[in-house]
Amino acid sequence: MDHAIAVDDLVVVRGKRTVLHNLNCTVPRGSVTGLLGPSGSGKTTLMRCVVGVQKIKSGTVTVLGQPAGSPALRRNVGYLTQAPSVYADLTVRENARYFASLYGIGHRQADQSIIDVGLREAADQLVSTLSGGQHARASLACALLSKPDLLVLDEPTVGQDPVLRNDLWQQFHALAAEGTTLLVSSHVMDEAGRCERLILIREGRVVADDTPAAVRAATGTDDLEEAFLRLVLAQQKHQKVVA
Amino acid sequence: MSARITLFTTARILRQLRHDPRTIGLLLVVPTLLLTLMRYVFDSQPAIFDRVGVIMLGVFPFIAMFLITSVAMLRERTTGTLERLLTTPMHKLDLLFGYGLAFALAAAAQAAVAAGLGYALLDLNTSGSAWAVAGLAIGNAVLGMAIGLLVSAFASSEFQAVQFMPAFVLPQMLLCGLIWPRDQMAGWLEKLSNVMPMTYAVDALIEVSRHADPTRTMWRDVAVVVGCIVVALLLGAATLRRRTA
Repeated sequence: MDHAIAVDDLVVVRGKRTVLHNLNCTVPRGSVTGLLGPSGSGKTTLMRCVVGVQKIKSGTVTVLGQPAGSPALRRNVGYLTQAPSVYADLTVRENARYFASLYGIGHRQADQSIIDVGLREAADQLVSTLSGGQHARASLACALLSKPDLLVLDEPTVGQDPVLRNDLWQQFHALAAEGTTLLVSSHVMDEAGRCERLILIREGRVVADDTPAAVRAATGTDDLEEAFLRLVLAQQKHQKVVA
Repeated sequence: MSARITLFTTARILRQLRHDPRTIGLLLVVPTLLLTLMRYVFDSQPAIFDRVGVIMLGVFPFIAMFLITSVAMLRERTTGTLERLLTTPMHKLDLLFGYGLAFALAAAAQAAVAAGLGYALLDLNTSGSAWAVAGLAIGNAVLGMAIGLLVSAFASSEFQAVQFMPAFVLPQMLLCGLIWPRDQMAGWLEKLSNVMPMTYAVDALIEVSRHADPTRTMWRDVAVVVGCIVVALLLGAATLRRRTA
């Protein structure tokens, strides 16, 4: 299968701590892949490797057939950082139009992106006056507007109300249906079921890399939270045996 | 590099300034107030005001742009917008030139207001033209911006960034010939002042205040200042890393 992202034997060390241990995983093109794991498991670090802003110790990350961070990829990869990264002293519209201008995209598409994330009414509000959820969506609008081939979204739905969250997930799937590949991180297991593929990580190691159905089948439970727990326990037992 | 992205970035930075009218007010009013203060401090010695006033016209934009740039750049780093920008088609130099152009424009406005008031109301006299003084003031602003951008890389909080002002700028102000002629200082201080960019920025202004036409010394000073700007910008670009730990 053709992969949008292929991570091979990736090791990342931050300070004295090894954050990712010989990590391997792949993300198929045109899918919504969930990157799930508890806080501190290495999700953000892995995403930073994919967009090419993380120093890596060893291993390779190939994105759309090129080494992660290649200049040619900057036009084709959209990145939403976990903390909203938009200018607080600009309005939502000014932010969106500025980020659009970096890709040579016009005002109409920037404004559409604002509507897509449900900020039509707040478009002319300064970002500093927005609620936390709105602030995060302003940042999301700036990631979506360039219509990249690959979208790397670090916890895009955190703090959003359930109706909006549902709406955002529908948009993610609509984008995937048009051929966009999405890598979406979350630490909330109830979002795992919304993905076509799951990469479960814990302490910098992949616990599972499969479809939700396969994860459920392998662990014998319908509850993905429970499935994750069983996978972790099984892995720990395995590690003890090996040791 | 793209002129289009650079200009959009300049527009974005100026838009941020526009949403902050108090900063604009401070930028325009504070130098004017301080210049007025100087005028009446040297009330009985107009010749001294002519000398110090013209230097102040160059030093204000340097300090203001140093402070504004170092804090603005620090914000880009800490809020994640810098990381985001570096994942877009933007070139690092687009960002640096975008800042340079935006703050040069702000400095031009600042210099126009302060110099206009100085010449029109405060009886400031220079042998050289007011345009040369304004041009040098803008050059000083760009120098302050370039150095501010560079030192912001070494600050991890706004508290630290603000304190780089006294650390980097005050020694240059003390040694640049503003408060005492450099050739009358201790020899080692004069040598030290020879390697400080502000020395040349101030020297150029002194030349303009004394001579009706541009002198060779003034052009040498301008060349040194331009050189310092280029070096600071290149070093600044080196601190903008796409990949970080």
